[in-house]
Amino acid sequence: MRKSNWLLLALVLVLSSFLAACSGGSDSSGGSGGEGGSGDSASGSANGDQIFNLLIGDEIPSMDSSLADDQYGIQWTSEIQEGLYRLAEDGSLSEGIATGDPEVSEDGLTWTFTLREDAEWENGDPVTANDFVYAWQRAINPDTGSEYGPYMMGGVIENATAVNTGEAELDELGVKAVDDYTLEVQLEKPVPYFESLTTFPTFMPLNQKFVEEQGDSYALEADNLLSNGPFKMTEWNHGSTMKFEKNDTYWDAESVQLEEINLQVSKDIATGVNLYDTGAVDRAPLTAEFVDQRINDEDYVAVPDMASWYLKLNQNRTGEETPLANINARKAVAQAVDKDGLVNVVLNNGSTVSNGLMPKDFVKGPDGEDFRDANGDLLTYDAEAAKEAWATAKEELGQDEITLEILTGDTDTSTQIVDYLKEQLETNLEGLTVDVLQVPFQQRLDLDTAGDFDIQISGWGPDYIDPYTFMNLFITDGENNRMAYSSEEYDSLNQQAATENATNPEARWQNFLDAEKVLLEDAAIAPLYQAGNSFLVSPKMKGVFSNPAGNDFEYKWAYADNAAAE
Amino acid sequence: MAYTLFSIGDYYQIMANFATTNLGGAHVARFIGQRIIYMIITLFLIATISFVLMKLLPGSPLANADKLTEAQQEVIFEKYGLNDPIPVQYVNYLGGLVQGDLGISFKYDNRPVSDILSDRIGPSAQLGIQALIIGTVAGILLGLVSAIYHNGITDYLSTIIAVLGTSIPSFVFAGLLQFFVAVKWGILPVATWNGFEYSILPTIALAIFPMATCARFMRTEMIEVLNEDYITTARAKGLAGSAIIFKHGIRNALIPLITILGPLAVGLLTGTLVIEQIFSVPGIGEQFVTSVTSNDFPIIMGTTMFFAVVFIVMILIIDILYGLIDPRIRLSGKD
Repeated sequence: MRKSNWLLLALVLVLSSFLAACSGGSDSSGGSGGEGGSGDSASGSANGDQIFNLLIGDEIPSMDSSLADDQYGIQWTSEIQEGLYRLAEDGSLSEGIATGDPEVSEDGLTWTFTLREDAEWENGDPVTANDFVYAWQRAINPDTGSEYGPYMMGGVIENATAVNTGEAELDELGVKAVDDYTLEVQLEKPVPYFESLTTFPTFMPLNQKFVEEQGDSYALEADNLLSNGPFKMTEWNHGSTMKFEKNDTYWDAESVQLEEINLQVSKDIATGVNLYDTGAVDRAPLTAEFVDQRINDEDYVAVPDMASWYLKLNQNRTGEETPLANINARKAVAQAVDKDGLVNVVLNNGSTVSNGLMPKDFVKGPDGEDFRDANGDLLTYDAEAAKEAWATAKEELGQDEITLEILTGDTDTSTQIVDYLKEQLETNLEGLTVDVLQVPFQQRLDLDTAGDFDIQISGWGPDYIDPYTFMNLFITDGENNRMAYSSEEYDSLNQQAATENATNPEARWQNFLDAEKVLLEDAAIAPLYQAGNSFLVSPKMKGVFSNPAGNDFEYKWAYADNAAAE
Repeated sequence: MAYTLFSIGDYYQIMANFATTNLGGAHVARFIGQRIIYMIITLFLIATISFVLMKLLPGSPLANADKLTEAQQEVIFEKYGLNDPIPVQYVNYLGGLVQGDLGISFKYDNRPVSDILSDRIGPSAQLGIQALIIGTVAGILLGLVSAIYHNGITDYLSTIIAVLGTSIPSFVFAGLLQFFVAVKWGILPVATWNGFEYSILPTIALAIFPMATCARFMRTEMIEVLNEDYITTARAKGLAGSAIIFKHGIRNALIPLITILGPLAVGLLTGTLVIEQIFSVPGIGEQFVTSVTSNDFPIIMGTTMFFAVVFIVMILIIDILYGLIDPRIRLSGKD
C-alpha cells in the first residue's frame, strides 16, 4: 500500500479518536483533559505491552527464504531476515545490511554494495558478503527446487538461468564477495529496479555454516532458523500458533519497539471477526458480507491491494481463431461491463474500478506522477460504444450468434463475479451467449498455460516495485500472455525500456506509459478492478506499513499504542 | 465406548461366552490373521487407486507455475521425482510406503509428510474421541429415556432434539455455539487450540450428530427389546422394572449400536473438516482439503492411506467386539 492508503488509515484513526473524544465530551464537558491526551493517538507513542496478536490465513508453507513463495512465507521471512535493503513507509527503500546507495557501473550491469560491519546473526556471527553469495547460489541451485529463485533471478543476474538448468556451475552466478563487506553483482541486462528486488526473501543472506549444520531440517521448526532481522521466530506450532519476538542482536534493534507478534491460524472469516470482537486478536480481515455490517465501525479500514484484475481475451484457442481475434469484438466485451456495479455491489470489499493494467498508487514516474494518473482511464464502461462495436464485429465476422466461454476459479467470489459478468455481457451484447467454466485454481493455471479458454478472469500481483512487473505480462509468447496477443509496437516499447532506455528513467517511463496505451487501444485485455482488502484494525496498532510488493506489511517500525485502544 | 457401559459382571459373562462357545483361541487368531491379510490387500488397492486418481488431478503442484518457464518447472519436478515415467513413480511410491516413508510435502517445502500427519492427528483424535464419548453416552441416555417414557412428553422432547441434531448441519450449529457461548456470553474461547477449554465447543458441535444418531437408534432398539418375550417373562417373574431395563433391556439394545459406532468413529476421527476450520483447530481433516486444492500429492496420498488404515482397523475392531458381545455371531473366516 502506498501513501494515500496510509493517509486514509491515519485519517480513520484520527477521526475515530475525535469521535471518541466527542462522545466523551458530551457526557462530561469539563473532564476531557485525559481524553485529549489519548485522543492525540495518530501521533501517539508506544505504551503498554508491545504485543500484536494477529491472524494468519494458513500455516506458513516455508520459512526458508530461498523457498518462500507465498504471501505468508514472504511476509514472515522478511521479518526475521534482512537483505541489502528493506521496504519502508510508502514502499520506499531503507538501509538494510547494505549502507548507502550501491555503486552502479556506467552500463548498469555491475552493482557494488557496501555492507555494514555491525550486522550480526543471532548466534553472533557477522553478516558478510559471503552470506549473500551463498544464499543467492542456493536459491538458484537446481537441487534446492526454489520457484522464486529462477523466477526472480532468471534474466536478471548473470548466468542465473544457465546455473538453474545445470548448464553452468554454481560459482558462475554473477555474484561475488570482493571482501567480507563488499558484494559485487553482475547483471545480464540493466535492471533499474534491482535495489527493490534485493528486499525480496530470495535475495536475503543465509549463514552457510548454520544452514548446512541443520541440513534437511533447516527452517522446519523455530529452532532451525537463524535471524538477522528485526524479529526472531521463537515458537511454531504447525497449523496453529506462531510467535515472533524482537531480535536484540539486530543491528537496528533500537528502532524496533514491538516486543512480540503472535500469530493464530484461522481460515474462517466469521471466526476471525469473532476473535477480534472478543479481543483475542488485533486485526481481522473481512469479506463482502461482513463489510456491509462493519463499514461504519470506527475500526474498519480498507487497504487497496496492488493486484490488478482483468479479463484475458484469447484470440487463438489451441490453434483456432476465436471471435475475439476481431478487435471490435474485444472492444465490445471490454466496454460492456458496468464496473461500478462490480466493485460496489458484487465485491464490496474495498476494491476499486480499474480502467487500465497498472494499479493506482503502485509506481510514480521520475516527475513524481502516479502511473495511473499519467495514463488516465484507458478503457471504461460504455454500453453504447460496446453495442456499436459488437454490431460491427458481428458484421465483420459474418456471425449473428456468438458463444464465448468464461474461465474462472471455483470460489464463492469467482461465482459472484462471473454471474455478474455473464449477465452484463449478455444484456449489452445482443446475440452473445456466455458459457461459464469454473475450475479449481491449479486447473485454471493448466488451462491458461494451454491457452484453452475464450475469456479468463485473471489477476496479477506485482513481485517488485516497477512497471515492468505488469508490462512484461503480454509480450509476444510471454509466459503469462497465453492469449495469442502479439503487438510489435507493444513488444518494441518494452524492449526499449529494457535495453536502450534502461538507464534513462524519463524515456523508460514514457515507454511504459505508451506500452499500456497500445495494450488497451488493442483491447488485448478488459480491465475490471483493482483489488482491495478490508480489515477491522485495533486502534492500538500503529506504524504498520503496507507494501506495494513483497511482504504485505512491515512491522519493524510498528508499536502498540494501548492508550488509543481504550 | 459403549463398552464402558458394561459392568464387570457383563465382562465376565462375555468372556464366559467366549470360552463356552466353539470360538476357540486358535479360531479367533486365524480369523484375525485372515482379516489382516485382507486388510493389506485392501490397502494396496486403495494406494493404487488413489495414486491413479491423483495423477489424473488437473493442475500443477507448483504454487507459481504461471511464473515459470517449462524448463524452470522441470528443474523443480526433478527434485520431487515428477519427471520420471508414471509407472516408475508408482513403484517408487509403493516402495517408500512399504518402508513407512511417505515422502516430503510439495507445498510445505521439505517437510516430511509423516511429521505433518503426526502434528495434525493429535487434535483431530482428541476432538473425535471426546465427541464420540459424549455423543454416544448422551445419545444412549436420551434414547433410553425416550424408550422408557415412550410417547410421553420426554419422548417427544428427546425426539425433537434427535431430529434437530441429525438435520441441522454441524457448521450452523458450530456458528451458533461460537456466537452465543463465546462472543455473547463470553463463557468459553471463540476458537483456536491452546488447551482443554478450547476443545469444548468443537467437541459439543461434533458430538451432536453421533448423539442424535445414537438416540434414535437406541430408542428404536430399546422399544423393540422391551416388547420381546423374555422381557415379558422377566416381568412375569416379578423382577423390578429397573432390573429389567438395566440387566436385560439395555444390554441387548446396545448390540446393534456397535454396528453404527464404527462408521461414526471413523467419521469423527477423519471428517471433522468443517468444525476444524470454524474453530481453527490444526487438525487433519482441514489439512487434507488444503492438500487436495494445492495438488500436494505426497500429503494427499499420506492422508488417504492414514484414513484407510484407521477405517479398516476400526471395522476389524467392531467385528471382533461384535463377536465377543453377541455369541450368536460366529467369527468365521468367510464373512
